[in-house]
Order: sequence, then structure tokens, then C-alpha cells
Amino acid sequence: MNTIYEFVTGPLAWLTWTAFFAGCAWRLASMYKLAKSKDTSSIAFMSWKYSLRSIAHWVTPFATLGWRKNPALTVATFLFHVLIFAVPIFLTAHVMLWDQFFGISFPAIPDPIGDYLTIVVIALCVFFAVRRLQDPNVRYITKKADWIALAIVFAPFMTGFLAFRQILDYDTMIILHILAGEIMLVAIPWTRLSHMVFAVFTRSYMGSEFGGVRHARDW
Amino acid sequence: MHSPALWDWEPGKRVILASTDLPEGVVWTEEPHVSPDGQTIATLARLEDETFTAIVNGTPWENSFEKAWLPRFSPDGRFTAVVQQDDEWTLAVDDTLWEERFDYMWGTQFSQDGSVIATCFQAGGKYGMCVNAAPWENLFENLNQSQLSADGTSTAAVVQLLSLKPADLDAFQAGVFGVAVNGQAWDSKFLNAWTPTFGAGHNVAAQVRTSLYDYSIAVNGKLWPELYSCVWEPCFNPATGKIAAPVRIGGKWGMAQDGQIIWEPVFYQCWQQAFSQNGQILAAIVAPDFGEFTVAVNGKVWSDRFPVVTDLMVGADGACVAALSSENNRNWRVMVDGRVWEGTWDMAWKPVISPRGNHVAVKVERGGRQTILINGRPFDKDFDRVFDPVFSPDGTKLLIKAMNMGAYFRVVTPVA
Amino acid sequence: MGIHDRLIEDVGLRRGVSRLTPEKIEKTVNAVLKNETGARLKVYSETCMRCGMCATACHYAQSHPDDPSYTPAGKVRQTLDVLLDKGGKVEPDFIYGMAQLAYTECNLCRRCVHYCPIGIDTGYIMTVIRRICHKLGVTPQYIQDTAHSHSATFNQMWVKDDEWADTLQWQEEEAREEFPNMRIPLDKEGADIYYSVIAPEPKFRTQLIYQAAAIMHAAGVDWTMPAEPGWDNSDMCMFTGDFEMMGRLKRRHFESAQKLKVKRIVMGECGHAFRSIYDVGNRWDGWMWHPIPVVHSIEFFWELMRDGKIKLAKKYPGPVTVHDPCNVVRGRGLHEKLRELVRFLIDGDIVEMASHGEHNICCTAGGGVINCGPPFKNVRVAGSKSKAEELKATGVKTIVAPCHNCHGGLEDTVHAYHLGMEIKFLGDIIYECMEKPEA
Repeated sequence: MNTIYEFVTGPLAWLTWTAFFAGCAWRLASMYKLAKSKDTSSIAFMSWKYSLRSIAHWVTPFATLGWRKNPALTVATFLFHVLIFAVPIFLTAHVMLWDQFFGISFPAIPDPIGDYLTIVVIALCVFFAVRRLQDPNVRYITKKADWIALAIVFAPFMTGFLAFRQILDYDTMIILHILAGEIMLVAIPWTRLSHMVFAVFTRSYMGSEFGGVRHARDW
Repeated sequence: MHSPALWDWEPGKRVILASTDLPEGVVWTEEPHVSPDGQTIATLARLEDETFTAIVNGTPWENSFEKAWLPRFSPDGRFTAVVQQDDEWTLAVDDTLWEERFDYMWGTQFSQDGSVIATCFQAGGKYGMCVNAAPWENLFENLNQSQLSADGTSTAAVVQLLSLKPADLDAFQAGVFGVAVNGQAWDSKFLNAWTPTFGAGHNVAAQVRTSLYDYSIAVNGKLWPELYSCVWEPCFNPATGKIAAPVRIGGKWGMAQDGQIIWEPVFYQCWQQAFSQNGQILAAIVAPDFGEFTVAVNGKVWSDRFPVVTDLMVGADGACVAALSSENNRNWRVMVDGRVWEGTWDMAWKPVISPRGNHVAVKVERGGRQTILINGRPFDKDFDRVFDPVFSPDGTKLLIKAMNMGAYFRVVTPVA
Repeated sequence: MGIHDRLIEDVGLRRGVSRLTPEKIEKTVNAVLKNETGARLKVYSETCMRCGMCATACHYAQSHPDDPSYTPAGKVRQTLDVLLDKGGKVEPDFIYGMAQLAYTECNLCRRCVHYCPIGIDTGYIMTVIRRICHKLGVTPQYIQDTAHSHSATFNQMWVKDDEWADTLQWQEEEAREEFPNMRIPLDKEGADIYYSVIAPEPKFRTQLIYQAAAIMHAAGVDWTMPAEPGWDNSDMCMFTGDFEMMGRLKRRHFESAQKLKVKRIVMGECGHAFRSIYDVGNRWDGWMWHPIPVVHSIEFFWELMRDGKIKLAKKYPGPVTVHDPCNVVRGRGLHEKLRELVRFLIDGDIVEMASHGEHNICCTAGGGVINCGPPFKNVRVAGSKSKAEELKATGVKTIVAPCHNCHGGLEDTVHAYHLGMEIKFLGDIIYECMEKPEA
């Protein structure tokens, strides 16, 4: 068990980070190249000012028509996105890892709060899943890739929760947790989770066209 | 006097009409037009009796009309207008009417020396062209994009060969359009034909579409071997008779000659190409990048780029290529042989190149005043209105036709 | 649930599909996707999180609340998703439904843009689908006929060269009864304004040309109209997916204005034509912007009002509601100027619909949908139920709608839902209320 733990937190972790960064970089670079050759008349209109204006509106809860018309989803979405970054980064156990592997240290979230926030993330995943099944509009458009994306995000939080609470075998669970986290990182550039790298560009493009050309709001 | 050599080229200013005040009985006039030699100024006018006439050098025509439009001077200095009398249309040439009458007329054109005048007409719902008052024998369902050859001996137009029932997709896509030359239609029919153009020996080339997706060039009805995803207007090399046309391949534009690629398809746009008379130079307006236009001469691209480039002119012997650029209709500039003249203008008109290609004159406007740029320098006076300048055949003098304070005059100035 | 449960018989679609083979479909679909689309489409299809937020954006979905196949993402699921998942290996019957959906159940109005956090442009995706349908030859009969007309005559109504000039002269003559010195100046070089219209004006709605001429005359504007093709700024080829022809039309339009050395192009009260010359067709031609500035009538009339060039003899009785045409509001942000102008013209209030300004609901005629003709009228009218409800809730009797297609669509909506409202162009109101010189 120890050997496996050593492996997943050692070589595999480094491999994961490499795959994550390399994957993101490769996807961004190849997408940029594709855009350069096929979307010339679109990228010509990219504007910092209107990109940032659009992003600012869309990262503010209820600042857009879409957010206002979907209040429950808005709250869930913002909470979810904040937490899936904040919890893994600031959890006490993870802060130690940051220090151990990267030599950076910063304050951590106290364990009980971290545990509670993890439950919130899990609950939000359940909310998204139920919504996918229950809301006819969402069910109609849901594909396998959407379930995969949700599962990939759900897994590290669920296993982390189980490990922390020591509900099942801790040693197994912690390894599963680490593996789930690593799968998520590796999967980001290659699944629906790639919106993490691409959304800023689609948002910016829409903002640029609406701001710079159409002189209208895109929110 | 159609030969410019015989015009008055004595340097100096000559007032042709001291005042463009309205003659008696005239309520208002349209915009003035001047003859190529500058000796005549004419306009259409509305009379008190609610008819129309023309006023030439201050004197109204004897004829008056229910309607009059399309005022044009022929190269040999005759003033023409399409006019309506008794609900029928005809052409008035220097106050004389063609005998032929039609239900409608438009599209007046002239041969290079002005001796031949051609128009389009509609009579009883059928369409044709009329050349020096002689109508085509064969008439068509529709006709547009008419052309008169420079020597005046031939006419061509895009014609609709069969009638179409409303929304009949099959019939249209089987091809109902073609090109008629002197009233005789090509054997081949196409979905579309556009911009028929004359070369030497009365060859006619046109853009055609053979399916919704396939474009090519047809010469005397015969297709180039290659089809393209789009083409633009063909033009003839005056020296060799070869035909060049911009073609679109893989989403980019290049230039083909007689069906062979001569400029690789690397441009976002390529159009308005023109040959020099000696056939040595082929120039075109091109966009090497999206939104960046310039000129390519024999495939070599000028370095300065602008949002818009227009009015490409190639000198007769190929010694000079000139074009205009603008920032979307503002800040017009003149480009000659790859160099940009100093100064920007509110508007600029088609450059005029001297016969030997050593001088370029351009009509420009700034702050509502018009003048002529000669080799990049403004003429020393500006005017309320100025017309297209003309170089003397030996290229040593420039004729400027202009108006100030209601007076119309011509100025001949030596060109250094 | 989906488009295949509500297929409508159309001569053009049926004809096109009957000539398809699975091989041809696969080849064409993949050629368009590979050669003509790039990162934009790829990222849109990959990062759409299927959150369903856009569902309530679309007036079709609002009007069919229990049918998710009308939602923006639902439309993508039935079209692009399938093509991508199957690598273009689909049956001809599938193409029928795909075409019907893309041409008649999406107005390309882009209202869903205001709902998508990621910034996915469903209108663009539907445009790609239409492009594929065009390449497959599967287009509704009436809009395809219009595209044919564009290619043969450079206008959308088969108006011949003589009919155009003749109509302008006829309108000029008529107008001289009211304004003795009236002119519709043809081919006037160097004019400030080049006024362009769409072909239904000379064909059916000549009073709009009359009114425009009267307004130009009264305001003392230096203007012209071209005597030759290029005068029609409309563009159904943009909507069928025949982009090569769209580029040809826009080139002709702009070159016609360039030849006359005018300062600006002012266009009549039309929405889609504005889109085609403002930021779609011009780009195909390689121009980043419009080589000659283009000004929509809303803005032009607003300028005349601001400069005091139109004086009113009376005000039009209100209250009214204002319909925002997508292409000049979401497409050009003219809603504020529109309201300033309407306030100037009417006596009474503007009663806003629940969705207005950039958040307007489309008339359901736009994007070429009304141009698909009678077979699809009922779909269109059913899709405008939510618009009808918003119109009704205003309680007013007059709709100001500065767009031809919006007029066509709203007329059907007003009739079908018994709203009893009149629909006015700005030009109608200005002409009716302005001080008329020499009158």
C-alpha cells in the first residue's frame, strides 16, 4: 500500500501536473493555430476592453439576463466553481502538499470547514445530476460527455470526503482520492472540462463583437 | 472633335460660360456635365410648363420632354439623354431624337471615338440593345450588364433565354441565362452569367455559374476546363488576347490566365485587375490579410496596406500603376507605383495617367473644395467643382475643367 | 420529441433530399466542417456544458414550453451534434429535418447570447448548418428562389433594370403632385447620402420610396439613388448559406456607392440587410468594416431630428410600443436612438414590452424564416406566441417597427392572436406628421 501511495503522490503526481500543463498548452496552441487559419475574420475583432467588460459581467452573479432568469442554477454555479478551486487549494492537507512539492506555503482552511465545504460540492454535484435528469430541457441535451465531466469532478471530492471521515478503508480511499484528482487534472484539457481553458476566449470573442462592432450588451 | 490632338491645348484659362444662372422659363437644373474637350457644359432642366429639357452652354434645347434622365456626353462631345415623349422613350442626341421608340431605355454607352451609341431597351416586355438607333433583331426575357466594344462594332449583354415560372428551382438550375453578342445568344446556357467583356476580334469572356457551387469563365460560350468555388470578372490581355480572372480556391483568391493559375491563391481578396495596353503589366487590388488591401503588380504586392483600395488604373504602356486608398471612405490617399502620395483627402476620384505614363493627375476634395493633384502636388487653385482632368496626347499639358462662383471654364496647364 | 415529428412538406427541401446519397452527405458535411469552420465551432461544440440556461431565451421555446427540441441547445443537439457524432454519416431524411429546423425554427436573432455564460453563438452554429444544407442543395423553395433572383438580378424580387429606374421616376412624378420640385436624384455623383432599399419596396411597397423621398426633400438632404443594380442591400443568400453569392451582392452594393463617390450609405427600414452589409457580407469580401459607412434609417432619422431638419406639423397619437429589430438593436445598439426618435414623434408614452432593447424578442420572421414562404407560416406564427403575449400586455394599439421583415412577421402575429394593433414604420409616422414644404 505504501508503495502505491509513494507512486501516486510521487512520480504519478509529477506526470499528472506535466500532462495537465502540457495538455492545456497543446490544446491552446493548436486551437490558436486553427483560429489563425480558419477564423481570421473573427479574431481580427478581439478587443481587450470589450473582452474584459464581458468577462466582468459574466463573473458577477445576477449581472446578466441569463443569470437572472436562472437564479437557482446561478447560485449553484458560482458556489460550485469557487469551491472546486478553493477547497483543493486551501485544504490543510493540500497546503502541506503544496509546501512539500512546490515549496509554497499559505494559510489553510480549518479542517471542519473544509469538510463542510466538500459536502457542499458533493451536494452541488447531486444538484447538477438531478437537474440533468429532471429538467426536460437539460435532459434533452445531455450527452455521455456531460456525465463524464460531472463524474470526473465529483470523484475527488467524494473520495476525499470518505477518506477524511475514514468511512471506508482510509489507505485505499486516500489513494483513490489522489488518483481521482489526478484523473481530473489530466482530463481537463480533453473533456468538457476544457471550458476551463477555452471559456475565457469564447466569452472574450462574444464580448468583443458585441462591444466593438454591434455596440450592444452581451449580457 | 473626337481626336484630342485637335482640341484647344493653348495654355491658359478660357471661360466657357460666365454664369450658370437659370435661363428664362427654367425652374431648376440638375448637376452639370461637361464634354471631354471641356468646350461644352450641359445639364437637364425642369421647365415652368412641368416638362424637361437640356441646357447646353446656357441655351435650352428646342425639344422638351415628359421625362429626361441619364445625361451623358459622348467622347466626341455630343450631349445625350434618355427622354420620354408621349409615354414612349427614346434617346436625344444634341437635341435630335432617335426615331426608334421603346417602352423604356437605359444604359447609354459609347464607342471609344464616340461615333457609336448603344443603349438597352424594353419593348412589349422584351429586352434588347439598340446601336445607333438600330435595335437588335432578337429580343429576350431580360437583359443586363450590357457592353459595347471599344471600336463600336459589337454589343454584348447577359440575357435570359427562357421565361421562368414563379419559384421554379429546377428550371433556373438547369440554366436559363446566357450571353448574347449582337443579339445572338451563345449556344450554352448557365445558371448565371456576369460581366461580359470584349477582347480583340470580338471575343467575349464572361463569368458564369454552372451549378450553385461551380464558377468559371466562358469565352465565346466555351468554358475554361477548371471550375472554381468563385470567380470575378475576366479581362483580356490587349497584346496577347489571353484572359485573366481572379479565382477562388480553398477559400483564398488567386489569378488564373486561360484556366492556368498565374498568381497562387493566397489572398483574402483579389479583384479589379487590369492589363497595360502592351500586355506587360497585370495589376489587381488584393488583400494579403483580412481587412488589409493593397495592389499587386504581376503578382508582386505593394507594401502599404489600407482598409480599402479602389480605382486601380494601369498606364497604357505599363510604366505606371495608380490606385486610391481610404480608411473606410475617410482619409483618401493616392498610390502610384507602390508609393503613397503625401496628404489625405475627403474624397478622391479615379487617377488619370498620361499617355506615356510619366504623369498622374487626380481629382480630389477637401473641406468642400475640389482641385487636381498633378504628380502629387495640388494645382495652385481650388474650385467649387472640378471635372475629370485630361492629358494632352503628347502628355505635356493637362486640361482642367472647373467651376467657381457659377462660372464654368477650362484651364490648360503645362505639366513639368 | 424533435424536428422529425413535425416535418412540413416543402418542394425545395423534398427536391434537394431526393437527390442525396449518404456518401454525398458525408463528403459534403465533412468538407464544410473541415474547410470552412475552425476553432470557433470546435470550441463551441466542445465546451457547451449542456446547462440548459439558454432554454428560456428562445421565443420558439417560450412558445412551446413543454418541448425542449425548440431550445437553442436542443436545436444544436438535433443538428450539429449528430453530424459530429456520426462523422457526417447520416441519412437523407435526417438532412430534411436538419434543414427545416435550421431555416425555419431559428431566426438567428442571437437572443440566446444573453443567456450563455460561455459565450456560445447558437446563431453561428445554425448558420453553419444552413451552409451545409446549401452545399447539399437542400433549401426551402421560396428562399432559394429569392437567392436565385439575387444572383440573376442583384435584387431579391426579380426586378429588372428598367423596372427599377422606371419605378423611381414614377414615384418622383407622383410625389411632384405634392411637392412640385421634388427629385429622386439618380446617380448623382458626390452626394452626401446614397439611399438603398430592398426589392419589395419597388415591387410592392412603393409608398415607402415615396415617403423616403418626401422626407429627404423636406429635410433638404443631398442624396441619390443608383440607377443600376447594387441598389438592393438585402441578402437572402446570406441566409440560405450561399456565401459566395452574398459576397458578390455586397461587392456590387458597395462598388455602386463607391462609383458615385458618396459620403455615406443610408438604408431603409430593414434589419437583415443591415446585418449583411454591416458585419457579415463585407467580411466575406475581405473588408474588416464597411468601405463606406452604413447608417440605418433609425440613426439617420434620429440625426435629422437632432439637427432640426424635420419639423413636425403634429405628433402621432400614442401611446405606442416599440419593437426592436434584432439586427439593428442586438446587431447595432440603436435602441436608445430609436426611443429618442419615437418620443419626438409621438404624443403619449412608449409602453415597453417585457423584453425590450437588446433583450427584445424577435418578430419570428427574421433570419430568412419568413422568406421560406407559405409552407412554414404556421410554424412561424406558433413560434411568436410569446411575442404576441408581450405585445398584448402593453395594452396599446400601435407598434413602431423599423424593419420590413418585422412588419411581415408582426402583421401575421397581430392577425393570428387577434391583437388588433397597427404596425408603423418610422417613415410612415414622419411622413404623416412632418411639415411639408410647398404643400
